[in-house]
Amino acid sequence: MIRFDDVHKAFGPNRVLRGMTLEVPRGNSMVIIGGSGTGKSVALKCVLGLVTPDSGTITVEGADGDRDAFLARFGMLFQGGALFDSLPVWQNVAFRLLRGSLKRPKAEAREIAVEKLRRVGLSPDVADRLPAELSGGMQKRVGLARAIAADPEIIFFDEPTTGLDPIMAGVINELIREIVTEMGATAMTITHDMTSVRAVADRVAMLHDGRIRWTGPTGEMDASGDPYLDQFIHGRAEGPIAAVR
Amino acid sequence: MHVLTRPLAAIGARVLALFAMIGRVTLFFLDTLTHVVRAPFYGFEFGIQLIQIGWLSLPVVGLTAVFTGGALALQIYAGGARFDAEAVVPQIVAIGMVRELGPVLVGLMIAARVTSSIAAEIATMKVTEQIDALVTLSTHPMKYLTVPRVLAALVSVPVLVGVGDLIGVFGGYQVATGTLGFNPATYLKNTVDFLEPLDVVSSLVKGAVFGVIASVMGCYAGMNSGRGAQGVGRATKSAVEAAAVLILAANFLLTGVFFSL
Repeated sequence: MIRFDDVHKAFGPNRVLRGMTLEVPRGNSMVIIGGSGTGKSVALKCVLGLVTPDSGTITVEGADGDRDAFLARFGMLFQGGALFDSLPVWQNVAFRLLRGSLKRPKAEAREIAVEKLRRVGLSPDVADRLPAELSGGMQKRVGLARAIAADPEIIFFDEPTTGLDPIMAGVINELIREIVTEMGATAMTITHDMTSVRAVADRVAMLHDGRIRWTGPTGEMDASGDPYLDQFIHGRAEGPIAAVR
Repeated sequence: MHVLTRPLAAIGARVLALFAMIGRVTLFFLDTLTHVVRAPFYGFEFGIQLIQIGWLSLPVVGLTAVFTGGALALQIYAGGARFDAEAVVPQIVAIGMVRELGPVLVGLMIAARVTSSIAAEIATMKVTEQIDALVTLSTHPMKYLTVPRVLAALVSVPVLVGVGDLIGVFGGYQVATGTLGFNPATYLKNTVDFLEPLDVVSSLVKGAVFGVIASVMGCYAGMNSGRGAQGVGRATKSAVEAAAVLILAANFLLTGVFFSL
């Protein structure tokens, strides 16, 4: 479904991706783990065209060159929510349904937005509030509702539980798992929250030094025998990954 | 040898950086133009920007113009008295406001109020990934953010300049008739008789050009902002500085063009 083939990306002297190769099968929930600054967000942004790789190829099954049609197949939950603070919540959720090729009548778009808000556990009275009036957890859920509003085939989650308390993180993890299963979407999540990994992943890939260090089913992660993965999932300061980077 | 060449190299690097920046702004402007003529057009956002840039700038433009017109009348009266030419107050206030002070002061006010606001808003959107979010929602940031602002400034700033010209002349009229002893009817007749259509046209053309400069510089700086609060601050500061200098430079060039007509 999504294939990275020897992808390289550098920002000045900082070589972030150094030959990343990975395949995300259709309908799978793939979680990419790795330390801060290892290029996880850059990898997602390369797929969406927000960042252009220096070399290598990224193939998305069914892409025919039409950028609008390509992007219409994606939904993305940003780390900080990235909600448009000048628009009320329902217009954030229905943003794609109010303009462009997926445009619907305003009343219908609002109805879908309210339904998606309900799907992520938010009541309809949240719809007319501004994002700044919501807590961090609520903003994350609005971001999730926006990501699924147009029923995308592929959903990206960028650090979905960062900055949330453990209970709210659990709620978001459950929502992600349910939505991915229910919609049959292909999901790519980047995180360093191991609870989140175990809750949402079918497969896990570990990105280290700009390359995929290990990839496999979630169940095999603990017995991988890879010292880098082992250090990361157990959160040890000692090991092959330098604690000070 | 290094001691002699190092300062030259530093100056050269600065000059090259300046030209590179001018090139990037020019390409950004040309890119904006290509998006103006291609669908989709975001009419609602254009309407909001008309209100933000045009309607909400009226108070500051009006106050600036009325005080400047009044001060201009006093200065011309005092200066004219040195060679018995006090009677030219209406004519000089009219031509001074319409041809020069109206458009320049409105342009600078727009640079202060609108360029800073556009740069800070778009830079914040960039820092908080809202611009990336727009792209993932199949919305081109140039079409959604830049085009409505530039078009709204192109339409509304000439109107603001026209209003500023009128209010400035009114300020001069108030001071001249209220404190300098001018006859109201004669003052108005002299003002109207002296102004030519080209004076008004030059004022409005300057307004349109200044509006485009102010909005393009705000959008450019916002879209190319650095990270964090410092990035937003730098983007805002550089946008206002560049817009103000470019407005004054463009005013000089346009004045030269209209003089030659």
